[in-house]
Amino acid sequence: MSRRSTLATARRVLWQIRRDPRTIGLLLVVPPMLLTILYFVFDAQEGTFQKIGAPLCGIFPFTVMFLITSIAMLRERTTGTLERLMTMPLAKGDVLFGYGIGFALLAAVQAVVICTVGFVALGLDSPHGAWLVGLLAIGNATLGMALGLFASAFARTEFQAVQFMPAFIFPQYLLCGLFVPRAEMAPALEGFSYALPLTYAYDALARVTEPGSLGGGFARDVLVIVAATVAALALGALTLRRRTG
Amino acid sequence: MAPTPPVPAAIAVRDLDVVRGGNRVLHGITLEVPRGRITGLLGPSGCGKSTLMRSIVGVQIVAAGTVEVLGEAAGSPALRPRVGYLTQAPSVYGDLSVAENLRYFGALFGVGAERIAATIATVGLGGFEGRITGTLSGGQRSRVSLATALLNEPELLVLDEPTVGLDPVLRADLWETFGRLAAAGVTLLVSSHVMDEASECDGLLLMREGRVLRETTPQGLRDETRESDLARAFLALIERSGSERKA
Repeated sequence: MSRRSTLATARRVLWQIRRDPRTIGLLLVVPPMLLTILYFVFDAQEGTFQKIGAPLCGIFPFTVMFLITSIAMLRERTTGTLERLMTMPLAKGDVLFGYGIGFALLAAVQAVVICTVGFVALGLDSPHGAWLVGLLAIGNATLGMALGLFASAFARTEFQAVQFMPAFIFPQYLLCGLFVPRAEMAPALEGFSYALPLTYAYDALARVTEPGSLGGGFARDVLVIVAATVAALALGALTLRRRTG
Repeated sequence: MAPTPPVPAAIAVRDLDVVRGGNRVLHGITLEVPRGRITGLLGPSGCGKSTLMRSIVGVQIVAAGTVEVLGEAAGSPALRPRVGYLTQAPSVYGDLSVAENLRYFGALFGVGAERIAATIATVGLGGFEGRITGTLSGGQRSRVSLATALLNEPELLVLDEPTVGLDPVLRADLWETFGRLAAAGVTLLVSSHVMDEASECDGLLLMREGRVLRETTPQGLRDETRESDLARAFLALIERSGSERKA
């Protein structure tokens, strides 16, 4: 791996996004808009918005980065640029970490925007500080990106890649504890939720929005997020083939 | 006087079999490509030219046989900076400008702005640096792709249909560039399905249905078939091989 190639790749993916102002608009406008809608949906139940608003600030970037990365990487695979890159003096890690750095920067901007709207304009509150929610948002976005890289190997078309959202992301939303505490689910579902990365992402965010010490549970959550990111990147590296059939 | 040792071939393919999607597309290909020459890989579309080129640059899973490139096994990491590959479909980023594309690939090779500007001039894209690649014509896009293959001045260029979709003037310019590169010692393997380009090549590999029909030269092909027109010469050769097979 070389720092030069990794950074060049990061810069290149950001250049590509910059050329697409509509995507940037969607990235920065849609999550705060949804959060604002939620604020008015729970107009009569302020406590509910407080409870789910802050975790959502940290989960939106996960979803968005999953989608963007899986499609961007699918394009690399289908337009032949990936095959081209694989014949060049470039390590697979340069591609993966280039994407990682580029999209993590993008996620940081997104996290700042949504946290500013949530914590300043909509009155969300976190006893451990909004900055911690922002950091988790960036970490979760990186996890989403890593999963997206991996998932892109299983789609042949952009239509298929978009369907991975309802197939792999929505179930994680349902089971992570955002809507119903996991302990109140059917035992089989609760058990299954332990296998899903978003469960830990939500758990960490929920702990940050509750008073009291963060404790070992928070450290475990963060560790699982990091481990899942590394595992997804490693699996993603396996799908970057120098030789194909 | 001691005899000069034979120059090792730039590419040596032995008994290469390739299966794609359950179909055998290359059947026991054996061939050599000499260094410092332009070798034309010609044949009708679907005859396996691209698959052979993919095997040479090491991105194709092969069923059997060996492919040696510049003295190393095809696809070995040491070859990556030494071999330039142009894919048939332009493989550049459509949402980046011409200059941004070349700056990215240039960074991967570690080549600077001067070399990038020179390469843009070589492929005749001066003045188009700021244009978004996706908005260019097909021929211009394929030249951006060609520029990325030429960028680091590799010893071997594997070019899959580099002149497709180009007007006659540009096509002549490119063949002149290829000639200059070959004179400077670069080995070129250039595929085409247009036989009139065969006359620009030093050597010819004629392919049909996954097999090499002939390793020859433009003059050799004319002499063998007694046809002055290379397209007709190739057709005559196909007819002959067809009747041989029947016999």
